[in-house]
Amino acid sequence: MTFFQLIRKNLFRKKLRTILTTFAIFVAFAIFGILATFQNALNSGADTASADRLIVTNKINFTLPMPIAYASRVATVPGVKLVSHANWFGGYYQEPKNFLVALAIDPQSYLDLYPEYVLPPAQRAAFLGDRGSIIVGEGLAKQFNWKLGDRIPIKSNIFRKVDGSDTWDFTVAGIMTPGSTGVDVNFVAFHYEYFKQTRSFGGDTIGWLILRTESPKENERISRTIDAMFANSPFETETKTEQAFNKAFTEQLGDVGFIILLVVGAAFGTILLIVGNTMMLTVRERTNEIAVLKTIGFTADSIFRLVIGESLLLASIGGLLGLGAAYAASIGLAAVSGGRFGVMAFSPVTALIGVGIIVALGLLTGLLPALRAMNLNVVTALGRK
Amino acid sequence: MSEALIVLKGIGKRYKRGKQSVPIFEHLDMTIPRQDFAAIMGPSGSGKTTLLNLLGGIDRPSEGTINFDGKRMDNLSENQLAAFRAANIGFIFQFYNLMPMLSAAQNVELPLLLTKLGPRARRERVKTALAVVGLSDRARHKPSELSGGQQQRVAIARAIVSDPKLLLCDEPTGDLDRETAGEILGMLQTLNRDLGKTIVMVTHDPEAARFAKRTLHLDKGRFSEKDLNA
Repeated sequence: MTFFQLIRKNLFRKKLRTILTTFAIFVAFAIFGILATFQNALNSGADTASADRLIVTNKINFTLPMPIAYASRVATVPGVKLVSHANWFGGYYQEPKNFLVALAIDPQSYLDLYPEYVLPPAQRAAFLGDRGSIIVGEGLAKQFNWKLGDRIPIKSNIFRKVDGSDTWDFTVAGIMTPGSTGVDVNFVAFHYEYFKQTRSFGGDTIGWLILRTESPKENERISRTIDAMFANSPFETETKTEQAFNKAFTEQLGDVGFIILLVVGAAFGTILLIVGNTMMLTVRERTNEIAVLKTIGFTADSIFRLVIGESLLLASIGGLLGLGAAYAASIGLAAVSGGRFGVMAFSPVTALIGVGIIVALGLLTGLLPALRAMNLNVVTALGRK
Repeated sequence: MSEALIVLKGIGKRYKRGKQSVPIFEHLDMTIPRQDFAAIMGPSGSGKTTLLNLLGGIDRPSEGTINFDGKRMDNLSENQLAAFRAANIGFIFQFYNLMPMLSAAQNVELPLLLTKLGPRARRERVKTALAVVGLSDRARHKPSELSGGQQQRVAIARAIVSDPKLLLCDEPTGDLDRETAGEILGMLQTLNRDLGKTIVMVTHDPEAARFAKRTLHLDKGRFSEKDLNA
């Protein structure tokens, strides 16, 4: 028998209680893991944003348009290396539930600005050469079984074509893959020129500009210059770093981070009380046994380690199972969501935070009972029997 | 009898009860020679268990000194006392006090977890201790699967597994029938006679006391001795 086996035997002596407490911990950590996965997904855009990319939007709201002419004017600002633009399409495939992030883009400049969206050279050339083509993320291609050369109808819940229909037919010219971990390619993109000519309203407007600066150090000056350039015009602008823009986009849903913090906080607050109470009860029940252990030579330190070890083991079993379930759930959610909420992945950071919470939970819930056991007066405890 | 294993000199012990200090002993002297088997009897509240606690280093005297094997033990720190108990003293309780979730062998092994012995050496020691008490075939049984007498024998094996010099027994047969009590007391006699263990046993039972070499009567903090072997 080892010291660890003694801890394990102590923990499982009341199996039902241990199983129920473990289940409560499991649920709390599964909630934490799944919500953290959602948060990671929503933040994935901000996390992978390039420091030298700026986004220019309409100052009133980024959903409002601005003239395409702004692109050439912004390109003249010193320090701006490359300018592109994009337009939100509000797309879905076949049914509204198959929502798609669909963008009308300037193909050449957009792909130059986003080298992390990887296309094989032949597919890139095919896309650039065909105005009626579309590039799709690999996750979406897999989900909807799209292959190169397929004709796919994409509907818009915002725009109508000049002929009154709401459906644009595109040929799949390329399937994008992420250039690095965390890059979200779960969207579709097609030629802005084709979109502009076939839509029934919107004229020469675009959704937003994307530009690359010569250095992130220049970002602030360039932002000020651009916004000053269009001040007092009908389409005033707001220029932000790509990271700030992506974050603002996510926050349309509300302060997701705060909501997650509240839910996870409530779950862990409850679990802290449950596990703490269980450990206190456990030690109180074993008063006589602890006194016997001390009598036969166990030091106060070793008694402390026994109790803390038990609470850590309890938290570890429930917590690791919960994190494991969240990991499995993240894989399932990624498959089901098709990337509509960003890159749905259980990150190593989430795992590390989870392990940190496990240790904190084990220490916090075990500390008081361990101190109580450690300071137990043997004579009094044995005399109580 | 041979040289002293334990010497108590001028022991005083008082407990606080509210604002009052209640004396249990005052100026108590006692010597326990090596290989002694002493039974301590006395009315309830005479301080028998307190004396046993002082001998075992789980309580401290209010005054006086306790020497064990030539070394003072009343001034040791808590951790030093724990190490001292683990190395020198085996405890046998009235209600056995075994860990219910551990097997007989694992219960016996408990004191060895505090030593630097490796797993194989520990297993050998446990095997020997269980053989001494005649429970080799019950090694894997949990306490709930053993009779009272068998549980007390496991407790004895736990007490002797680290080969202590002194065994302290607090009413070791108080929860057993007469026949089983006789077996347990016979076993203690054997440990004293054949293995040279020094034994101090607190008991209410004059029949149990007859198994000891001598009986000390404790009353109002004073001893009177009756040597049964005389």
